Amino acid sequence: MDIFTQQLINGLVLGSIYALVALGYTMVYGILELINFAHGEVTMIGAMVALTVIGVVMGAAPDLPGLMMVAAGLLVAIPACMALAFGIEKVAYRPLRRAPRLAPLITAIGVSIILQNLAMLVWGRQYISFPPILPHNQHEFLGAHITDLQIFIVLISLLTMAILVLLVEKTRLGRAMRATAQSKEVAELMGVNVDRVISATFVIGAAIAAVAGVMVSAYYGLAHYYMGFMLGLKAFSAAVLGGIGNIAGAMLGGLLLGVIEALGAGYIGDLTGGFLGSHYQDVFAFFVLILVLVFRPSGLLGERVAHRA
Amino acid sequence: MSIPRRFSSVHAWFQARPTFALVMLAISLMALPFLVGGGLGNSWVRVLDFVLLYMLMALGLNIVVGYAGLLDLGYIAFYAIGAYVYAWLASPHFGLHLPFWMVLPIGAAIAGVFGVLLGAPTLRLRGDYLAIVTLGFGEIIRIFMNNLNAPFNLTNGPQGINLIDPIGIGGFSFGKPFVLFGQTWPPTYLYYYLFLAFTLLFIVIAMRLQDSRVGRAWAAVREDEVAAAAMGINTRNVKLLAFAMGATFGGLAGGLFSAFQGFISPESFTLWESILVLCMIVLGGMGNIPGVILGAILLTVIPEALRYLGDMQRAAFGQVIVDPADLRMLLFGFALVAMMLFRPAGLLPSRVRKREFAARDGAREQEQSDLYDARA
Repeated sequence: MDIFTQQLINGLVLGSIYALVALGYTMVYGILELINFAHGEVTMIGAMVALTVIGVVMGAAPDLPGLMMVAAGLLVAIPACMALAFGIEKVAYRPLRRAPRLAPLITAIGVSIILQNLAMLVWGRQYISFPPILPHNQHEFLGAHITDLQIFIVLISLLTMAILVLLVEKTRLGRAMRATAQSKEVAELMGVNVDRVISATFVIGAAIAAVAGVMVSAYYGLAHYYMGFMLGLKAFSAAVLGGIGNIAGAMLGGLLLGVIEALGAGYIGDLTGGFLGSHYQDVFAFFVLILVLVFRPSGLLGERVAHRA
Repeated sequence: MSIPRRFSSVHAWFQARPTFALVMLAISLMALPFLVGGGLGNSWVRVLDFVLLYMLMALGLNIVVGYAGLLDLGYIAFYAIGAYVYAWLASPHFGLHLPFWMVLPIGAAIAGVFGVLLGAPTLRLRGDYLAIVTLGFGEIIRIFMNNLNAPFNLTNGPQGINLIDPIGIGGFSFGKPFVLFGQTWPPTYLYYYLFLAFTLLFIVIAMRLQDSRVGRAWAAVREDEVAAAAMGINTRNVKLLAFAMGATFGGLAGGLFSAFQGFISPESFTLWESILVLCMIVLGGMGNIPGVILGAILLTVIPEALRYLGDMQRAAFGQVIVDPADLRMLLFGFALVAMMLFRPAGLLPSRVRKREFAARDGAREQEQSDLYDARA
């Protein structure tokens, strides 16, 4: 088995999930210049809600195909996350729109703590396992293995991203979002309801996060009240890597970060002569983040924020 | 600092008699552990010690965030470095048992060096970018601490380092119970006085720094970096100095923590600790020393007090319905959000910040630094 191809595939699968979460960060940052710390937790809530629904469906109709059950989970998780993000924006961010920058950052951290602990109270401290309802057939591909689940994850990610790009590029709402990101004042003068656009941005990001949450828990077979935290940090790193505020950048950054992580974890042992092992996987995201911010603060595809860094 | 009106006459009375006020303060600070220990039990003396430790950290972070306006979310890394250096140089882990007056400065200095190492490449970033980089740095340090037990055992991994020497002078150890008034008191009492001495020292340093040439340079950089540079301030060096100084404070506090606990593990140095210390500053009133002190007291004592929620539930419902430990963080999160919504300048805002917040409605156009930027 070819280790390089295998790690590349694993990295791309993981990376497509990072990319989905990164989209939520980048859209909000592009419009509000706010690091929405709670976004990782929204992803976690999405996974938890979907798992609960899947559990209920499994109990009620155990003969349904696995994909239908996951679809049912998504159908509940997506609106739940959308409502949650709408509420968060309204309560914790909107009143602080004109406050100093530190203020919404702190409320974002506060919301993040609240969501984590609420999830812990509701779903408990233990890991919740994702039932093995999705097909796990392995295929040979360029000398490496790829499972049905991995293919499924990549396809869903691509589909979600395509829908988002269409929405941003082709619809009225998308145009309003782009205008608001460029200048809130001018957009408002042109008749854009900026408050509504900002709400919509949060809600769309949360819907994507719900999809990502379900897929990440399906991929690892686990969900946990703390899972959103690291995922959120890495996704944010991915967004910065690609150029924050830039939708294509978030996708590219997510995929790249996934690949860097997988290859890094696969080769770090050989590179350092066994000094550092694959348990340093989580470090790569932060090293990449620091390197990007130091050498190319605007990210790979970003230009808009260059003057600010 | 603002004093509620109904206390103002008392305040004035004390202000007219500064020596008396100082003596009263000193006596009450000296008597505090005995009052607390007698009234609430010895576990609360330990809480008192932690209040002082957090105060040290908050004062250090306040230099970085409050004075220089650099948002640092990885501050706990410096605390961790100080703690681990102390553990390496004064525990059976490497068989070294250096005295504390050597170990503490070494730990503080190494933490300071790390502050410069982190600051040098990143300080041209501003605002929330810097926040994220420092956050990443904090996580990297923690992950290394967690994993550096192989190939050679530097940190002993997640198990942490045990049996760290307590602080001792000559034959006298702070780690042993002592006898006074015919009664034996636990070491937490002794550490209280030690930490109190350090805290007072830090407060004096922090106050003097604020009024110094460097302190004014920090304020200038915080308010408007371009204008500060135009005035001839070397903004890079000034910011690096703030970072290094905050890191040194953090490293020293970490060393004290290490000696006090006798045991450290990576679990004590998570991101949430960084956030907790930042919240102390924000809650109390950024850049204002009385505010920072108040914030440290509140955020250490309140979570401890919330432990009683378990007993209250048992009394009310006959059983513990929600584990108070779970509830604590939840309430903490709500408190953060509520605080920002209703009193964003903190409980005891500094005069400058108060003016900034008050002026916001009138003169919103004013250009300010990133962190304090009122977005129009």
